[in-house]
Amino acid sequence: MISKTAPQDTPVRTAQSTRDAGAPVSRRRRRGGSARPIGVRRSSRFVLNGVLILTALYFLLPVWWLLVSSSKTNSGLFASNGFLFSGFHLVANIQDVLSFGGGLFGRWMLNSLIYSGLSGLGATVFGSACGYALAKFEFRGRGLIFGFIMSGVLVPSALLTVPLYLMFSKIHLVDTYWAVIIPGVVSPFAVYLSRVYALDAIPDSLLEAARIDGAKELQIFLKIVVPMMRPALVTVFLFSFVSAWNNFFLALVMLSNQKLYPVTLGLYQWFSDKNQTTYNVVITGSLLSVLPLVVAFLALGRFWRAGLSAGGVKG
Amino acid sequence: MSALTRPATPSARARGRSSARKKRQRGAVALFVGPFLVLFLLVFAAPIVYSAVQSLYAERASGPLGLGGLASKFVGFANFQTVLHSGDYWHGMERVFLFGIVQVPFMLFAALALALALDSIAARGVAAFRTAYFLPYAIPGVVAALLWAYLYIPQLSPYTGVLSSIGLHPNLLGPGLVLWSIANITTWSYTGYNMLIILASLKTIPQELFEAARIDGASEWKIAWRIKVPAVRRALVLTGVLSIIGTLQLFTEPTVLQGISFGVTSTYTPTMYTFNAAFANSDSGLASAGSIIIALIAGALSVAYYRLTTGKADR
Repeated sequence: MISKTAPQDTPVRTAQSTRDAGAPVSRRRRRGGSARPIGVRRSSRFVLNGVLILTALYFLLPVWWLLVSSSKTNSGLFASNGFLFSGFHLVANIQDVLSFGGGLFGRWMLNSLIYSGLSGLGATVFGSACGYALAKFEFRGRGLIFGFIMSGVLVPSALLTVPLYLMFSKIHLVDTYWAVIIPGVVSPFAVYLSRVYALDAIPDSLLEAARIDGAKELQIFLKIVVPMMRPALVTVFLFSFVSAWNNFFLALVMLSNQKLYPVTLGLYQWFSDKNQTTYNVVITGSLLSVLPLVVAFLALGRFWRAGLSAGGVKG
Repeated sequence: MSALTRPATPSARARGRSSARKKRQRGAVALFVGPFLVLFLLVFAAPIVYSAVQSLYAERASGPLGLGGLASKFVGFANFQTVLHSGDYWHGMERVFLFGIVQVPFMLFAALALALALDSIAARGVAAFRTAYFLPYAIPGVVAALLWAYLYIPQLSPYTGVLSSIGLHPNLLGPGLVLWSIANITTWSYTGYNMLIILASLKTIPQELFEAARIDGASEWKIAWRIKVPAVRRALVLTGVLSIIGTLQLFTEPTVLQGISFGVTSTYTPTMYTFNAAFANSDSGLASAGSIIIALIAGALSVAYYRLTTGKADR
């Protein structure tokens, strides 16, 4: 559906917004504000800001609650207002999290890092090579292959995961790292974004010149194409990393050995086991598990927006 | 190269070069596209085929998960009949439909409104608001569900006091409200994400359009409604289709809430039904049939939504 409907002009427009990935934020954000002399009237602007702030509170307060609650003892959670600090036991809570249930939490965090890191890396390598080839080489079946890959975006993962489990169990991959990493490596979005970016950012003449100079195709890809596609590659890595970090269903289906759990599955297990676990452990564990992603989000915001603009123009 | 092997005529030379080039190209395409395609076939295509085959068989087995040395018997469409006649499955389907009819439009409308609002206010505030709205997306689905689960427990939640001060004592985890408590979690998680896609799409509208409209005396409301909304239609189609698919696969949030709510059964959504069939009842045939029906409905709804929202000219 997507491939069939993407008209000729789409890649160009998309790529323009994608190319911004590397540009400094300030340069891109110049418009609006003073550039708009005839803006909204002052009274309605007041209302607008009020609504925006209330909405921001809706999104931020739960995160604030998590932060505050991680510093409370288990009884303190019930005895105080959830949005206000009451005592400071964060360090003790962290110690509890790290030692709880045989001290698996650290291992879970490491597992999540391994799953997400390798999924992100694989998705970037395979996706960018494929996207580049689809953009820059003409061969029979190119459109068909691209359409085929893009149709993967629309397949519900629920349809894939259970049969994948049955297949993997036949070849003894279930309950191994590979069971989680292999599916994470395949990202149609990575192919889409790389193709769009390569179409726009890599001139054919440059590739031609390198070929005339006698460069091999693999050399051209590694030495010329990859450096030029770097902003897109960072975006692809980020999206694949986060989607692997979030893929709870896959881990739940594939893994039964606790030592292989990613942190999301581990926390879920603690949460469900109410006889053993106390609230402060799950809450503080949740906070710790979220920190790496929140840092990545805040630090790499422009790459997020680049990826989402590509998504936005894709029809 | 040309000096020694110069062919007799220019056209022959061109032909010789182009065939060598084709060969080299074919090698490069295989190298770049091949690995992704193989993995894609393994992770996307094979499970679908496998699932289609499985759905026609029933395993009369005693072993765990119905694996290994079991008699599987061809039963035709019996599994589909079982699913289609299952009250649990259809109640789950009804729930996600109700959920989708309310939550998806609400979320997309909120995302559109926020994007339009951020697009019209001064540049300085935009980055902060945008980050605040997008932040929940950085929190993995499981953790978001855990977080809200705690915020729904009356003894623990800081919202209890706020609600009771205005005379409300809702049982957010009861059978009547829990579906909407789940809807709140997904709205919280994904509104900012959808807003960013729409916002990125708004940035691609040429500024001259607004200036021309203002000179003609159009109000900001009119500009938003007549220029901006039609311009982001593609983004709305995309976010809409992805939300529909996501809703039909609803799994993580109800699964987490199941731990603390009697309102959530083990077959609360169709995906939970298939998960339950596969792992609690070891019935992979039934699970496959259930997954295929989910995928078919998701496909049909996506196509319907796409046709509804996309004009003939765009198709």
